[in-house]
Amino acid sequence: MMLIPCPWCGPRNQIEFTYGGDATVTRPAPDAPEAAWVDYVYLRDNPSGPHDELWYHGAGCRSWFAVRRDTRTHAILGSRPMDRPLKDGAVVNGARAPKGSA
Amino acid sequence: MKRYSLFSLAANALRGQDDWPPAWRNPAPQGRYDAVIIGAGGHGLATAYYLAKLHGMRDVAVLEKGWLGGGNTARNTTIVRSNYHLDANAHFYEFSMKLWEGLSQELNFNVMYSPRGVLNLVHTPADIEAAMRRGNAMRLNGIDAKFLSRDEISAWIPNLDCSPDARFPILGGLLQPRGGTVRHDAVAWGYARAADALGVDIIQQCEVTGIRIDNGAIAGVRTTRGDIDTPRIGIAVAGNSSRVAAMAGIRLPIESHVLQAMVSEPLKPVLDTVVTSGAVHFYVSQSDKGELVMGGDLDFYNSYAQRGNLPKIEEVVAACTALFPSFGRLRLMRTWGGIMDMTMDGSPIIAKLPVRGLYMTGGWCYGGFKATPASGYVHAWTIARDEPHPLNAPFMLERFAAGRLLDEKGAGPYPWAH
Repeated sequence: MMLIPCPWCGPRNQIEFTYGGDATVTRPAPDAPEAAWVDYVYLRDNPSGPHDELWYHGAGCRSWFAVRRDTRTHAILGSRPMDRPLKDGAVVNGARAPKGSA
Repeated sequence: MKRYSLFSLAANALRGQDDWPPAWRNPAPQGRYDAVIIGAGGHGLATAYYLAKLHGMRDVAVLEKGWLGGGNTARNTTIVRSNYHLDANAHFYEFSMKLWEGLSQELNFNVMYSPRGVLNLVHTPADIEAAMRRGNAMRLNGIDAKFLSRDEISAWIPNLDCSPDARFPILGGLLQPRGGTVRHDAVAWGYARAADALGVDIIQQCEVTGIRIDNGAIAGVRTTRGDIDTPRIGIAVAGNSSRVAAMAGIRLPIESHVLQAMVSEPLKPVLDTVVTSGAVHFYVSQSDKGELVMGGDLDFYNSYAQRGNLPKIEEVVAACTALFPSFGRLRLMRTWGGIMDMTMDGSPIIAKLPVRGLYMTGGWCYGGFKATPASGYVHAWTIARDEPHPLNAPFMLERFAAGRLLDEKGAGPYPWAH
């Protein structure tokens, strides 16, 4: 059983989540050459080891976020909201600090 | 090779069974081969066998990082069928079915092909129409297909819950009578023994760590047992195709995912066919040892771990007990996982790769075992002639960029959705 750390809800059972695939692919510009689109739509690094991937917390806060997970062991190395960088080994909390706090 | 026959069995039985030679040699790697096949599973061994048998290429090595037949060949649910809709898939898998039918004689090794039928249950009116359409497409392609009513299924498989108030009401089913099961280990052993007899070196405990390329052409492989020169490499490592192709600088339209299977405790014969349900994604058959062999969906996340998680096991068992209530009294004996090459269109890649002398058979998604003989046959053809056989021409790597996808399910470029 995988315990997936949602940046907003904390660690939850994997059955609450839906997988969204490789988080490192980025959509090319509309006028990018065809090869860039083929790469984006079809080609994947498919690493054996740490993999940055998208998950959706459908049975919780219904947010998309990114997880770094080792595909050899299923060990979760960290997670982060979509707009924040990953700190290795850390769950980056999605909640913003309240106004006025440090 | 000592041929197996009624006479040799009887003679050895009288001599206490200690007169059998090893079924294959265990040679050390040579410095050079005409061709090197990476992966001694069913596909790699079949490739080597057909290279030697049909193309006269006997200076061939099959390199295996573990032991032969220890990967997905040993982890599948042993089902063989050719009930596909798209022409390219139908022709290819039907060719494979025809090879299965004669394989025990071809290899002089009993692979225990059992044409017990593969039945796809349908649960909704839309399912009926889709099954009829697929059945008609199969018959137009010369493949056996028959639609069974709920009453026919109920009479044939009495422990299947065919009542109208079942959790997944059964409205009928599409049967391929020639589909069935094959003893998976025997396929690897049979091809290994027959390839070895033709002079192929099967080298176990020899992991490929690099691919050497000279001027855009294959020059050899680096292995844990030294470098080997060769002008041709065939990759047959489904589950790990991305990793091996990356050694030649090639990215593939593949993700690796874990698929689990499981067996119950053994029991007396209760199920004499293969029952599957697309709606709940469940399949079950009974092995000759008496275990119910079951499988379902992928775990739905990238994995190279060869083991999965409990939620999928629960889903498979829930589907099983809904369809076969009496099986709820059984205990599971073992579960395991295998790594699937999930392609972006759900169909395999059996092709020349963009490095001269490099070929692959992979991208098998859920369905590699049933393809084993045909995969080896056309992969060997492609390696020997440096061009695809008509049956695998549609399975080229370039089809993705060219838009000629073979998406049986119409699921789009989401590998885990096929």
